[in-house]
Amino acid sequence: MTALVLLEFDASGIKQPSRGAVAAASKLGEVHALVAGSGLDAAAQAAAKLPGVAKVLVADAPALDHLLAEPTAALLVALAPNYDHLLAATTAVGKNIMPRVAALLDVQPISDIADVVDADTFVRPIYAGNGMATVKSADTKKVITVRAASFDPVAAEGGSATIEPVSIPDLPGMSRFISAELSKSERPELTAARVVISGGRGMQAGDNFKLLEPIADKLGAAVGASRAAVDAGFVPNDYQVGQTGKIVAPELYIAVGISGAIQHLAGMKDSKVIVAINKDEEAPIFQVADYGLVADLFKALPELAEELERS
Amino acid sequence: MKILVPVKRVVDYNVKVRVKADGSGIETAGVKMSMNPFDEIGVEEAVRLREKGVATDIVAVSMGVPQCAETIRTALAMGADRGILVETDVELQPLAVAKLLKAIADKEQPRLIILGKQAIDDDMSATGQMLAALLGWPQGTFASKITIEGDNITVTREVDGGLETVALTLPAIVTTDLRLNEPRYASLPNIMKARKKPIENIKPADLGVDPTPRLTTLKVADPPKRQAGVKVGSVAELVAKLRTEAKVI
Repeated sequence: MTALVLLEFDASGIKQPSRGAVAAASKLGEVHALVAGSGLDAAAQAAAKLPGVAKVLVADAPALDHLLAEPTAALLVALAPNYDHLLAATTAVGKNIMPRVAALLDVQPISDIADVVDADTFVRPIYAGNGMATVKSADTKKVITVRAASFDPVAAEGGSATIEPVSIPDLPGMSRFISAELSKSERPELTAARVVISGGRGMQAGDNFKLLEPIADKLGAAVGASRAAVDAGFVPNDYQVGQTGKIVAPELYIAVGISGAIQHLAGMKDSKVIVAINKDEEAPIFQVADYGLVADLFKALPELAEELERS
Repeated sequence: MKILVPVKRVVDYNVKVRVKADGSGIETAGVKMSMNPFDEIGVEEAVRLREKGVATDIVAVSMGVPQCAETIRTALAMGADRGILVETDVELQPLAVAKLLKAIADKEQPRLIILGKQAIDDDMSATGQMLAALLGWPQGTFASKITIEGDNITVTREVDGGLETVALTLPAIVTTDLRLNEPRYASLPNIMKARKKPIENIKPADLGVDPTPRLTTLKVADPPKRQAGVKVGSVAELVAKLRTEAKVI
């Protein structure tokens, strides 16, 4: 059995969620990886170093820049005859492309798998993670997105795959990339960070998110937010952790002024250690927190920054 | 311009769902059902496009048990003009739904189909993309803003690092993200008016589609439970525990 994983990358290498997808694919058989776009030398080299990857396919075409769904799906469909499983991470890119691939192959996609039982059987969350469904596919080919937080990502180094260009099929030009407004941040990405500190409605204003920064700096943490904080306009929507935002599972998750709506818990309850700081001792977040501090966050945050400084 | 808005009947957003004791699924008996929230955003967007003079005719489609007609009525009360119910007892998965919607789109010839980005029950996030593939149309998924000018639609999408804007040519598929709009509540007069709007009732066979599911659910289990931990008395104690007990900082 051979699996093909669509990789996402940036200047710093192969993105962590994609390395999680490689880890999931490794449970299925031989793994090939696909990088697509133009100017792919660095990405192909980085992909070839992923442990567990036997071959890297390089699809070099400007039409594949930005991994728009229509051309990228056409590419994957052209490559599909050689593979039993086609995978990508459950990211904005993977979610956009893989169902399109599945429909073109007349396959029911299996979204957001959290575990591999066997070549046909997978575990995936339903109802915002309130149930874990074990599903068996009757399709001969499987099209899968992978919940990266549920798999230990393969390391960025250690492998030595062969690199091979692929011929580019006819790519539909029915969509056009206009622009991207990406949040600029020196901090790690939410889905890749070892530590995440998130603020909720209790932060009261966007300006107060500055109180999280010295702590995030000290811990090398990404900064996130609850849906309530995003809806209130405190921070942009790509900060959102939760069922409809990002799913994170860092070593340490610090929830500040977050009550703990089901919606939010669905996005962070797989974190290894959870800390909650909230002045309401009845807040549901305390039911999932390993360490709870009932306190006014406006006093606790500066104290925390100071205490971390003291080490 | 005609717009198609598929709407799914799901367990209400506010219900705390429970896994059935026999592990066969989620308890839905006696549970409040509503329109999938992302689909509500789709209906709202279609109605706003009609208010702006861009859309003329809005057709709401739902599929499944006869009670899905109630979900269509909700869409009609929000402003959709008529409904189509594809009635079946078969569990419908996104591939089958996309095929049924394609058959309806072939007949109705909409220029735009607006779907929710995911249903909050199976969380598949697949139907819109699959329908786009089957129709050979472009897709603007996870939309937080759309602008239509003539045959062109500009879609601002919520992506992992922020926002991305793409330009598509109509006909096209859009799937809605949370911040596209805030759906209206249907007014009482509009709820009354919706009762008189027509709903066409058809079966998958009428559309020539075999809806047999490809995925079999072997079991549904509770997610691993987290135990509540300890309350700490001070920031200093918290930091000490994170250092020496949890060893995460």
